Amino acid sequence: MLRPLRWAIFFKGPQPLLGALLVQGSVERLITLNVNGQQRRVDVMKQETLAFTLRYKLGLTGTKLGCDRAACGACTVLIDGVNSYSCSVLTHTVRGKEITTIEGLEEPDGTLHPVQQAVLDEGGFQCAFCAPGFIMSMVAMVEANPNPTREEAAQALSGNLCRCADYDKILTFAMRAAEYSSPLDLHV
Amino acid sequence: MAVIRDMIPAFELFQPTSAEGAIELLIRYGEDCWVLGGGLDSFDWWKERIKRPTAVVDLVNVDELKGVRVTADGVEIGAMTTLTEVATHPELLANYSVLTDAASQIATPQIRNRGTIAGNLVQDTRCWYYRGGWPCYRAGGNTCYASAPTAMNREHAILGTSRCVAVSPSDSAPALIALDAQFVIQGSRGERVVDAEDFFMRPSVDIERMTRLKPGELLTATHIPSTWAGATFYYEKVEDRKAWDFALMTVASAMRINGGVIEDLRMAVNGAAPFPICLEDSERVLRGQAPSEEIGLRAGEVAIRDAQPLRHNDYKIPLMRSLVRRAIRGMEA
Repeated sequence: MLRPLRWAIFFKGPQPLLGALLVQGSVERLITLNVNGQQRRVDVMKQETLAFTLRYKLGLTGTKLGCDRAACGACTVLIDGVNSYSCSVLTHTVRGKEITTIEGLEEPDGTLHPVQQAVLDEGGFQCAFCAPGFIMSMVAMVEANPNPTREEAAQALSGNLCRCADYDKILTFAMRAAEYSSPLDLHV
Repeated sequence: MAVIRDMIPAFELFQPTSAEGAIELLIRYGEDCWVLGGGLDSFDWWKERIKRPTAVVDLVNVDELKGVRVTADGVEIGAMTTLTEVATHPELLANYSVLTDAASQIATPQIRNRGTIAGNLVQDTRCWYYRGGWPCYRAGGNTCYASAPTAMNREHAILGTSRCVAVSPSDSAPALIALDAQFVIQGSRGERVVDAEDFFMRPSVDIERMTRLKPGELLTATHIPSTWAGATFYYEKVEDRKAWDFALMTVASAMRINGGVIEDLRMAVNGAAPFPICLEDSERVLRGQAPSEEIGLRAGEVAIRDAQPLRHNDYKIPLMRSLVRRAIRGMEA
């Protein structure tokens, strides 16, 4: 519904300065997002979460929505390299930031990210609904701590849940991922 | 559990670039306005459609509120500093480790990466009756569902209750109280500074607010004085899971031990009352004493003197006594 005040402006003819004053600081809906190295132009509602934009506007359905309440980790993506719950951040908040989803991990030639390769080599997840979230957290983990202990890996992955409760194997993925990612270990 | 609905109801979104600009918006929109920091508390309210702000002020672009600054007489932490930044800051790790211990045990890495220190301090209580939208005292109603005879109140308060028995969920609050921190609040009429222990609202004073922040005001910074720099610290969080959980109870203390005697100390507990409590009586028992199991136990007994359990939370009384004792024992060396 338009407010009476806005109608008043409309009937008084163009008053660009007053109009600008009314919406000062308010965000534009049509924005450009940096997703997986691409500039994506997208129409985003003010109240839209990043998970929603990624899945339903940009078609990047690798990012899963489990609880939608920052309580499961399935929606984990990287925002400027930092793992975050995409269900609990407004898309407008991450404007100008680098967003990386599970789709953005592999090289253009199809080479898998070391973390993805580690998961494959160790036999993969059970139902794998949690896999994209876990893999994104592992990517953030190997960046921050390339040589974690199993306990440190468990801490780094403590923001992701696996309802198959296959945590032991997931920690094995994490350790293998660290091994593949660490340049120190390449020739050992 | 949470019901997933399609979408958060619409609101107008503002992203000011200065604290002043943010406060201007808060005043213009008044009661219907919501300050968005990391969003980890806000989104639950919006998605459940229990709180429906018409205007949201997102502080993401207010750079003056970000970061940890070492000052002449301590450390200043901007409101929008993330919990990860607090937990890993070298100066805080070196001299104020009670705060980094607290911050590093909050929730999960993802939540610490986005959640802010101010958000951790001003977040609303997690009482599920209140969170579930029940019209309790805190929500403006005229009853407390959590203290009813058949209520589930295992996580609720044993001290400081007044109609409302919910507890403050902040883990950083007791650490900041132990450090004698001060909070800077900015409003349209300028700045005011509040001691950490006075910042949290008693339900006997105003049952609908968790802090002394008034509408139109912004918590802009936390100032930690150098009083306790490099002191002997203790922090312990008791929770049901090892991660991702709100505390059942936390204890934080800062101590100066000289010649085998506790010269001075500060001790705070959260999860026991609707606000983090400063254990002044226990401090009095301990000051000037040599730290030991016995004196710790006596301080614990003093701390729980006025405790009144609900049906399912009587375990919190021995828990609190033990936490006070544990903060003292092992400090003999």
